[in-house]
This record gives sequence, C-alpha cells and structure tokens, in this order.
Amino acid sequence: MAEAKAPTSQPAHSRPLSPHLQIYRLTWTMVMSGMHRATGGALYIGTLLLVIWLVALATGPRAFDRVQWFMGSWLGYLILFGYTWALLHHMMGGLRHFMWDFGKGFEPKERLMLAKGSLVASAALTLLVWVVGLSLS
Amino acid sequence: MSQFKFSIRTPAGRVRGLGSARSGTEHFWLQRLTAVANVPLAIAFIIIVVSVAGRDFEEARLAVGQPLIAILLLLFILSGVIHMRIGMQVIIEDYVHSEGAKVVAVMANTFFAVAIGAAATFAVLKIAFGI
Repeated sequence: MAEAKAPTSQPAHSRPLSPHLQIYRLTWTMVMSGMHRATGGALYIGTLLLVIWLVALATGPRAFDRVQWFMGSWLGYLILFGYTWALLHHMMGGLRHFMWDFGKGFEPKERLMLAKGSLVASAALTLLVWVVGLSLS
Repeated sequence: MSQFKFSIRTPAGRVRGLGSARSGTEHFWLQRLTAVANVPLAIAFIIIVVSVAGRDFEEARLAVGQPLIAILLLLFILSGVIHMRIGMQVIIEDYVHSEGAKVVAVMANTFFAVAIGAAATFAVLKIAFGI
C-alpha cells in the first residue's frame, strides 16, 4: 500500500493535532502512567543519594559522618522515605508492564485492579521496609 | 504534479529489517532486560541499605566491602544507570522539541549516567579493596 504524503500546498500548522491530556477524563491507568514516569525521574535524581553515600564512605570518616548526619535528619528521612516509595512504586509499575508485554491484563477490570493493586502494594512495601529498618537500627 | 508526491515504498518495506531509523528495538529490549535485572538487584539493594543503615564508618565499610554485597551493588549500579539513561532519554525526546536543546539534553543525560556509574563503581571498588 502506497503511503501518501501531506499535500505541500497546505501549511503544516493547519493539520489537526491530537488533543492533549486535559481534554480527557482522568483515569486510573492514565494517572499510573504519569506516576511511573514521575517516579522514574525521581529515581534518576535519587541515584545521587547512593553515589554521595558511597563516595563519602570511600573518602573517609569525616565525609561519611557529614552524610550520615544529613541522612539522619528529618529532611534526610523524608527524602529517603520518598526514594524508597519511588523505587518500590516504579518496581510495581514495571511488573505491570511485564504483564502487559506478554499481552495479559488489558481488560478494563484487570487494568483497574493492577493500577490500584500496585498503589497499595508499593505503599505497604515501603512501610514494611521502614518498619524493619527502624526496628533494626 | 502533486498527485505523484507519495512514496512507493510499502509500510512493510519501510520497517522490515532495521526500519526507517535503521535502529529502534535495542533501546526497547535493553530497557526490558535491565528492568528484569533491576527487580532482584533493587530488592538486594534495599536489604543491604536497611542492614547497613545506622552503622558507623568502620562497620559500614566492612559491610559494603564484603564480596557478595560489593558485587550486588556493582551489578545494581550497572543495570540501574543503563535503565535510567534510556528512560530519561525517552522523557527528553517526548518533551524537548527544539532539535538543539534535545541533542544537548540527550548528551547531558549520557554524561550524567556515566558519571554516576563511574563514581559509584570507583567508590565500591575502593571500599572493597580496602585502599
């Protein structure tokens, strides 16, 4: 089948554009898609935490104590808690994507259940990690 | 003669083999591959961090320097930076429409991923070798 190109006489900007996000009714899967991307972006920045911690540990006791002091502050805890949730939420989203890669879980009820399930699972796992972490230290 | 301005190549012909961009599926595949690797590695990473959290300098150094822990951290760093580089590139390509800014952003993204990977790898190796 031959593919027709856009007529050259018409200016490109007059072609219809697909409507953007605000046109559509907000759905669970749409929000989860955005959250998967947002948590991915947050984890990207969050790798700095791991690198700062490791480099400080490789540098010496003074650098390490300074980083530990910050990580142990309320702001540090907040950031680490957010990082934990972002990591686990992104992981749950990834598992959902694996399922979809195999062509499973596309039915309306399944999609909704997966969206809500991954929200609940990531929140529960984050709390579990922190309860275990705080009780050990 | 605008009625002749169409490509005679079929859609199948355009995508057969390498497709119009001469590449395309490596990123998709590499993103899935590293995602599969990241699941167990991230779980191991969380367990490591939770068990090391709150320890002092010497204890933390000893823990991170353990061969099994150091290897798991190195694998997580490798798989993680590849995954995050491709992921961020997709975000950049979706939102940065100016060609110049896009090229700069994609380059900066690679520099960031490589720098993160190199710094973390160097740190783990230095700790593990006790230098």
